[in-house]
Amino acid sequence: MTLEQAKIEETGAMTFEVNGTRVEATPAPGQCLRTLLREHEHFEVKKGCDTGDCGACTVQIDGTPVHSCIYPAHRAVGKQITTAAGLGQPGNLAPIQQRFVDASGFQCGFCTPGMIVTAAAIEADAALGVDDLPRLLKGNLCRCTGYRSISDSIVGQHTPPDGSCHTAPGHEHAEASSLGPVRATGRTRGARGAGLVGTSPGAIAGERVVSGLEPYTLDVAIPGLLHLAVLGSPHAHARIRSLNVAKAAALPGVHRVFTHADSPTTLFSTARHESRFDDPDDTLVFDQTLRFRGQRVAAVVADSVAIAEAACRLIDVEYELRDAVFDPRLAGAPGAPLVHGDKDPVVSRLADPTRNLVAELHGEFGSVDEGLEMATTIVSGRWQTQRIAHTHLETHATMGWLSGDRLVLRTSSQVPFLVQKEICRLFDLDPAGVRVFTARVGGGFGGKQELLTEDLVTLAVLSTGRPVQYEFTRTDEFTITPVRHPMTIDVTVGAQGDGRLTALKLGVLADTGAYGNHAPGVMFHGTSESVALYNVPNKRVDAQSVYTNNPPSGAFRGYGLGQVIFAIECALDELARELGVDPFELRRLNSVRPGDPLVVTHEEGPDLIFGSYGLDQCLDLAEAALKRGNRAVVPVGLQWRVGTGMASSMIATTPPRGHRSQASVQLVAGGRYLVRVGTTEFGNGTTTVHAQIAATALHTSVDRIDLLHSDTDSAGYDSGAFGSAGVVVAGKAVLAAATALAETLVEVASAWSGHGLTRGTDTGTWQLEHDGLRAVESESELVSLDTLMHWATANDVGLTAVRREDGALRSLAFNVHAFRVAVNTATGEVRILQSVQAADAGFVVNPEQCRGQIEGGVAQALGTALFEEVVLDGAGAVTTRVLRNYHVPQLVDLPVTEVYFAQSHDVLGPYGAKSMSESTYNPVAPALANAIRDAIGIRPTELPMSPDRIWRLLHG
Amino acid sequence: MDLNTVTHVIPARQRSDLDALGPTVVPLAGGSELYADPRTHLTGLIDLQTFDWPALTVTDDGLVIGATCTVAELSRLPLQNGWAAHPLFYQCCTALYGSFKVWNVATVGGNLATSLPAGPMITLAVALDAELLVWRADGSDDVVPARSFVTGDMTNVLADGDVLRSIHVPLASLHAQTAYRKIALSPLGRSGAVLAGRLDAVGAFVLTVTAATLRPVQLRYSALPTAHVLARDIDTIDCWFTDAHGAADWRRAMGLLLGEEIRVELELAGGRA
Ligand SMILES: Cc1cc2nc3c(=O)[nH]c(=O)nc-3n(C[C@H](O)[C@H](O)[C@H](O)COP(=O)(O)OP(=O)(O)OC[C@H]3O[C@@H](n4cnc5c(N)ncnc54)[C@H](O)[C@@H]3O)c2cc1C
Ligand code: FES
Ligand code: FES
Repeated sequence: MTLEQAKIEETGAMTFEVNGTRVEATPAPGQCLRTLLREHEHFEVKKGCDTGDCGACTVQIDGTPVHSCIYPAHRAVGKQITTAAGLGQPGNLAPIQQRFVDASGFQCGFCTPGMIVTAAAIEADAALGVDDLPRLLKGNLCRCTGYRSISDSIVGQHTPPDGSCHTAPGHEHAEASSLGPVRATGRTRGARGAGLVGTSPGAIAGERVVSGLEPYTLDVAIPGLLHLAVLGSPHAHARIRSLNVAKAAALPGVHRVFTHADSPTTLFSTARHESRFDDPDDTLVFDQTLRFRGQRVAAVVADSVAIAEAACRLIDVEYELRDAVFDPRLAGAPGAPLVHGDKDPVVSRLADPTRNLVAELHGEFGSVDEGLEMATTIVSGRWQTQRIAHTHLETHATMGWLSGDRLVLRTSSQVPFLVQKEICRLFDLDPAGVRVFTARVGGGFGGKQELLTEDLVTLAVLSTGRPVQYEFTRTDEFTITPVRHPMTIDVTVGAQGDGRLTALKLGVLADTGAYGNHAPGVMFHGTSESVALYNVPNKRVDAQSVYTNNPPSGAFRGYGLGQVIFAIECALDELARELGVDPFELRRLNSVRPGDPLVVTHEEGPDLIFGSYGLDQCLDLAEAALKRGNRAVVPVGLQWRVGTGMASSMIATTPPRGHRSQASVQLVAGGRYLVRVGTTEFGNGTTTVHAQIAATALHTSVDRIDLLHSDTDSAGYDSGAFGSAGVVVAGKAVLAAATALAETLVEVASAWSGHGLTRGTDTGTWQLEHDGLRAVESESELVSLDTLMHWATANDVGLTAVRREDGALRSLAFNVHAFRVAVNTATGEVRILQSVQAADAGFVVNPEQCRGQIEGGVAQALGTALFEEVVLDGAGAVTTRVLRNYHVPQLVDLPVTEVYFAQSHDVLGPYGAKSMSESTYNPVAPALANAIRDAIGIRPTELPMSPDRIWRLLHG
Repeated sequence: MDLNTVTHVIPARQRSDLDALGPTVVPLAGGSELYADPRTHLTGLIDLQTFDWPALTVTDDGLVIGATCTVAELSRLPLQNGWAAHPLFYQCCTALYGSFKVWNVATVGGNLATSLPAGPMITLAVALDAELLVWRADGSDDVVPARSFVTGDMTNVLADGDVLRSIHVPLASLHAQTAYRKIALSPLGRSGAVLAGRLDAVGAFVLTVTAATLRPVQLRYSALPTAHVLARDIDTIDCWFTDAHGAADWRRAMGLLLGEEIRVELELAGGRA
């Protein structure tokens, strides 16, 4: 026994080294190394799970990589631990870190420190080769990128500076891609003028992200921090008859126990939208009625999570069980148990709580019956989609504290301003007394457009006066966080012999679970662009979103479109087969074009316009790529069948009914500009794009732009980072503000030179440059920005421009996906031989980032299409409670997708850009289903199309 | 995750240190299962690693694997003369869903003791007819054939306080030809079925079916069976099961498919039906 060991046995105290620095610590018995390291402010060690599955917590122990969340802390005694921060730091990055910066090997960056520590260990071990990356990286999950850029980073490959995203044999498509040399991947370091729109500067926080030093929500040490844990309902439907918290409250270290007796009585929705009336008010902070397993029964605030959890176990609850309904098809039947039978439909904004109906849409355009009569070919079918967990690597979490008498919430949210509004409403607070902000957010995908942790933290901070943290576990993410709405979708389509559609009939039943957050929005959005994409004279939609006692469903990338597009695009594929028409041709024949009306059940309002149109190009690009093929080899054996398939999708570039953003741009010292904008960075890349936009408008470079964002104190109002609004709404506000400031600077320069500061006078003679302004005709010396700033300050001239964008007009973006697959008829395995996405993104502000968004959307969609399902037991309990049982795609699971951009230029978006984050997800599952159908002759109609399901189609 | 109910961790150095084991105090090996699964009834852990048991010992009659041998150590098992079964060791390591970083801590004994259907060290031990040395709580020693060690999904013959000490692989098995198949719902996913076949020098054939069944199932033949006989026998297996890693009907079909592939592979390798 060494001396060190003897010591730990006696007192539990021990020493070890982290990145060369000696640490003294006394781990709790049973503590894991990750939490110990984080206690010592090694926040570069992330938590993505608690089970050794995700790799975000990876550290090296004496050079050996381990998942620190499953490594007993006491074993660290005497060891040398290396974290991402120990490999290199900003300004002095390790080569592997630099390669992640150069190849844009991250989006939200939450997986990155663990990924890099793992990659460094692989590099250092001669026995491990990068050719074995699929196996070696199976314990490192990335939810954002789709891994192409990660393996590029590890093997040291770059997207070529000539910008073509994918180099197919012969470069045939190079011209069609919008990534010509003009949009070269420019690196900003040192290079003046680099980073303008149309180029691909790396993420602004890149060096900090790869060294683990960019702080996320919980990466900050707050003295005296208390922790909150929740007791969840063991029942799917029950009423709390009595509750005894005496034993829990008496446990040493417990500060407060909250129950429904402490709850504000104001009903709200966890879903957040620009208009709070979009979602039904059916939720309480604590409710005496429990409507799904895991719903809050009580919460404990204590010195540690361990104490809070122990106290939860000491709470005695007597439940009165109620009948529950789990099958959405039975929810509306007479006599079905009512989930919110107590609600007033007007107050809560519910279609009919006596039928468990949250929202419905019934409408017809033309006459579907007549349309079907005119048809020579009719196809109809039923499709089923599953529950999906967003699985952003950073779980939901909030830290709250009092600053003076103000409440401060630091939260992992896509919508800090909307959270502020609703928290103030719930707790009757003055908005001036509440600050909500986010640090960098570790992924969202719609899951953080909900208020899930902030209300409890508010309650706890207000009543204890202490800083309090509430962090979801990964199991919380699977069991109590809203999932993607599962839908049962009926589609009937009819066409005439020439392939023209005559009728489209859609029936949708969405299971919104126990609460109606996002239920109406997902249902209406889901049935909108999916249907409006096609010119059909006769359309009918019957859609319902119903309550059940299942865990709630919510917002998920695509916001309902993905589910309905899956069904419609599969039905169209079947129709094309029956008609003997090529599926691309069928789309060309029937898709809307500029000038066509946009119809769901009636013509859409004038706010939706064709600001640009690239669907035709997308169809051509995808078809050509598929025809061209690639070098993928078809597996040998009679059991393998090959097929191809495609699908289209359309999306409005902004959510309906307004999305507001206010941006300000200010000239500050050193020729720098400060951009303030409310929207959140969660891996979508908006900060980089905003810096590019501002730099371009101000004739400077991105390294001169500083950004403050996502903070109700330091930025103007923003509806939030959802509905893909980061570029087209917030970015547009930034462009307007930066342009206005550029104009002001020209005016100020002429005023400074004695011309007098009057608007509209001879301002054209001064020109803004990188370091100052110059009078064009006189070829004067450069007037530095600092000189102008001092002069402006002295003369009381403001050098801040503020502009707003309200998203009142919305454009349309398109995506087409195509696959070639091989299916093993003996096992049901699907192998993707070729994956192609063509995107109509308008002007591509940052090609590499946009490509990353597309790859990431495709990756997430392939997870949905092939692997993922939050499984329930039929009685409202989730059985897939850890990552190991919910298969998020690993590196090995994903093909490299060829990405093509249509050449289009939008009249609404900044510089002609369109949104491109949600939409990339939507055409993938149907394209894959259509390819599988082509290969095996049987149509899969249920997601995920896992081997066991495909096998059952063939043999069951 | 933190095991918040654990109040003490005792390093074991001699067998008597195990006396503290019981329903709420359990052995800690690699910790990759224990620290990944909240068990709020636990109050203490006895750390087996401080025993410093040798990981791998080659003896005259075979191989002794210490229970605390890590999967990483096992994956690097040096090849010995005549060990035709050697590839099976690495193959079974790859059937662990956990990454190579989990290999660095997870132990062979911990895998057997956890007794998951998808326990690849169970596949290995059963396929090679290993015998397990168990230190019983009462201080006695017991030798249990691997094939009867696991009794169901996460159940086995160990009682509270018992410790798995080592795994003994007989030389005859090491000299046998083996064939291995794994399938999952994704290319490197959690196992849906893992099958291993062994063809002994004397021609006897043993097929081990795991991951698709609630407990390992072994089919034994004095010589390689015909396709028909093997299929008939696989079909009699009654413990196919459904979970997130595959449906029972698919697992049964994969058992039949992969079992036959193994039979054919070993037939080509020299066995005769
Ligand atoms: C990402 C990940 C993936 C995994 N994938 C798989 C998988 O595919 N298949 C699978 O089977 N497991 C899997 N596991 C679970 C686990 O890692 C393995 O089963 C591993 O081999 C357990 O060994 P360990 O030494 O870490 O066990 P520990 O966690 O230390 O112990 C596990 C259990 O066994 C008991 N135990 C340990 N050693 C002994 C002993 N010698 N005698 C008696 N009891 C003992 C412990 O008390 C405990 O109950 C996975 C784990 C992770 C983190
Ligand atoms: S946090 Fe350790 S593997 Fe996920
Ligand atoms: S960048 Fe990998 S999880 Fe977000």
